[in-house]
Amino acid sequence: MVEWSDQERSIINSIFASLDYEDIGPKALSRCLIVYPWTQRYFGGFGNLYNAEAIKTNPMIAAHGIKVLHGLDRAVKNMDNIKATYAELSVMHSEKLHIDPDNFKLLADCLTIVIAAKMGTAFTADIQAAFQKFLSVVVNALGRQYH
Amino acid sequence: MTSLTAKDKAVVKDFWGRISAKGEDVGRDALSRMVVVYPQTKTYFAHWKDVSPNSPNVRKHGVTVMNGVADAVGKIDDLKGGLLSLSELHAFTLRVDPANFKILSHCILVVMSIMFPNDFTPEVHVAFDKFLASLALALAEKYR
Repeated sequence: MVEWSDQERSIINSIFASLDYEDIGPKALSRCLIVYPWTQRYFGGFGNLYNAEAIKTNPMIAAHGIKVLHGLDRAVKNMDNIKATYAELSVMHSEKLHIDPDNFKLLADCLTIVIAAKMGTAFTADIQAAFQKFLSVVVNALGRQYH
Repeated sequence: MTSLTAKDKAVVKDFWGRISAKGEDVGRDALSRMVVVYPQTKTYFAHWKDVSPNSPNVRKHGVTVMNGVADAVGKIDDLKGGLLSLSELHAFTLRVDPANFKILSHCILVVMSIMFPNDFTPEVHVAFDKFLASLALALAEKYR
């Protein structure tokens, strides 16, 4: 089981309490599709992804980014049992969405970079460590039910 | 992975031109961050008594590494040739596991995002990520 220090819990809760989902969600997902273009393979029905500008202004991508970011809420509320909390979502990502779990890490890295830009110097090394630990537990849980 | 396109090189050189004055700050912060976020990287610095993020050795080393990155920007048209001696250093003397190049690259990108949130657009991000990956490949050239 994953051990969380009080400081780590406080950091994660604080980041998500002040998170602007409508801003960060679209930025994180669009950055992922631009920086790692092969991830676009999962968005065939999302309209124009022809270039960076198109991706950044695509409303379907924006909406999806917000949805994905809210997907993290359950992990924040259940930090002591993220694995079980995401069992069903993991099955869905595997059996319905067919997403290569390596891609979860790519989105996590983009989310880290977008949050870093937002928080600036407040995104200290300790906060980065806690945030990345949280994301890696989520990524792990999401890949758990693949077979 | 892929080689750098002319556009990638132009974007990297342009961005670097705008931020190079802060290059040392980027290096210091990236190295300090790395030893905190990825504690396993401290194994390479066991010869320093103080491996904390604020240690003068750690911060100075960040500057050394970033000067290497700056140098690589200038040699962007032939990274393998230009970084030959650095590759030999990493292969035969330092023997840093190449997985760590990715780790440090990520930390550099995070610091760039913090320090230059408006300049570090997704377009700059992808070009610089590709550049750092090519740099890492050039550094690992002599490993085996």
